[in-house]
Amino acid sequence: MQVELLGRQEVWNITYDHALGATASYFFTQIRDNCKLFGRRCAKTNKVLVPPRAFSDETLLPTTEWVEVGPAGRIEAFTFVYEQFNNLPEPPYAFGYVLLDGADTALGGYFKGVDLTNPREAATRLAIGTRVVTKFAEQRKGDVLDFWFEPV
Amino acid sequence: MSGAKDRDRVGIIGIGQSNFRSRRDDASYPDLVREAVVPAMLDAKLDFDAIDAVVYSLSPDAMVGIGNAERLGVDAVGGRNKRFLRINTGGATGISSVTAAYYHIASGVCDVVLTAGADKVGECGDSQTVLNKIWDPTYERALPLGTINMLAMSAVRYMQRYGMTEEDMAYVTVKNRRQAALNPRAHLRKVVTIDEVMESRVISWPIKLMDCCPQSSGGAAMVLASEQFIRDNKLDAVWITGVACRAETYWMGDRMGTNPTAEHADAYALGRSFEQSYRMAGITDPANQVHIAELYAPFSNTEYHAIDAARLVAKSGESVKRVRDGEFELGGRLPVNPSGGTLCTNAIAVTAMARVAETALQVWGRAGAHQVEGARVGIASGNGGDHQIFGTMVIEA
Repeated sequence: MQVELLGRQEVWNITYDHALGATASYFFTQIRDNCKLFGRRCAKTNKVLVPPRAFSDETLLPTTEWVEVGPAGRIEAFTFVYEQFNNLPEPPYAFGYVLLDGADTALGGYFKGVDLTNPREAATRLAIGTRVVTKFAEQRKGDVLDFWFEPV
Repeated sequence: MSGAKDRDRVGIIGIGQSNFRSRRDDASYPDLVREAVVPAMLDAKLDFDAIDAVVYSLSPDAMVGIGNAERLGVDAVGGRNKRFLRINTGGATGISSVTAAYYHIASGVCDVVLTAGADKVGECGDSQTVLNKIWDPTYERALPLGTINMLAMSAVRYMQRYGMTEEDMAYVTVKNRRQAALNPRAHLRKVVTIDEVMESRVISWPIKLMDCCPQSSGGAAMVLASEQFIRDNKLDAVWITGVACRAETYWMGDRMGTNPTAEHADAYALGRSFEQSYRMAGITDPANQVHIAELYAPFSNTEYHAIDAARLVAKSGESVKRVRDGEFELGGRLPVNPSGGTLCTNAIAVTAMARVAETALQVWGRAGAHQVEGARVGIASGNGGDHQIFGTMVIEA
């Protein structure tokens, strides 16, 4: 028997009001109010974790100290996105991870100030190890989108 | 030989898999689960009353668009009034489910366990929307993270450390598509050339469209049993002789920077998991003792670090040259992903189970047109989360 196969469309649209917790709230208020970036030091390994966490996943001990890091650093990873994904920004854009001066772990953010017309050329401008500096938006709300990285 | 071989082993006695396609408009979600369970039970030659427990293989709910879809799937796996649990470790879900089935039997609690599931990723408009939500809402959600972007960054680091090129990535796609063309269950079966991969549109550089897995729909099921049960009932089986799983840090930025434990270019925890499963199976020289590998690699570049982590090459990065030399092709010395692998078929909830199922079929000598001749020892792996949770197995005839 030939059956006409039917479908239905469903949309999930759920709103969450996430609390950021004390550690991330300090990190983001420093960005919003002072354009400063901070990590948390683990007293046992001496490693500075960025973004800051209340405990170290290596030692499982609470971190003990706020340490200012950056604003300069070096690129650790990058990608250039040319595809429009639903609910993600309009391409093209570049983003990746930067090891800020004074930090031991890398922080994610957008890269700006690089021509993305040709990805292979752009890859040489943002090669791993390239020095970058953190730039801050004029209007800041305490969010990871308040800052981005540009080649020095 | 040591480990599991000294004990009562756990065997695989039944396997069922769908023909994986983009969409299956003729089958509801439970119909698709059923489509895998029925042939697995026929293969096991058992009545359903023999099943002591069911492990339900289901990754993020939002991929099928049904909250706690194991509720809807209970009937399809005959789970009514049986031991039942759901496993979810993202992309590793399928191998984690087989692992949980293994534990049920190895613990002595059960004799026969069914594990099964299905996915309809093709019905999800954009799986990267779902996968963006696996990042924490505190620090990283506002960034355009997704599994493609995350693994593009792994590719960039792998290029820098080991000299992999975009062409090297294309070689993996060409190899796996050629193999998928022989596998009627595979989703992407069209043979492609290096030039076609290189000219396909850039998604997240260096990953291009043909470096990516498809969004697949289909189901998989396996029946496992104790060695005692298998011998008492004179059943045919292949054996899980090594099993392990490992997790690593959530933070991608911790896999770079100053002396990271788990380098993001590599698959560190996958390597540790393979070490443990080899130890259990008594394998000391995997490059020479393993005959076939089904390694979870959803993007072409990730097959390289999976081959490295499985120690099918002497040191990380060597996989690049050896793939080019044809060593890991069907007909080569040690075929990797003879089914076409995850790169050609990705129904996320059961993809890593398909790796186990395909490896089992190979050592059983039942793989069909993509059979690796004389394969007796095989390995399988699964990767889940943000390249973070891994499962590995050794399967022997």
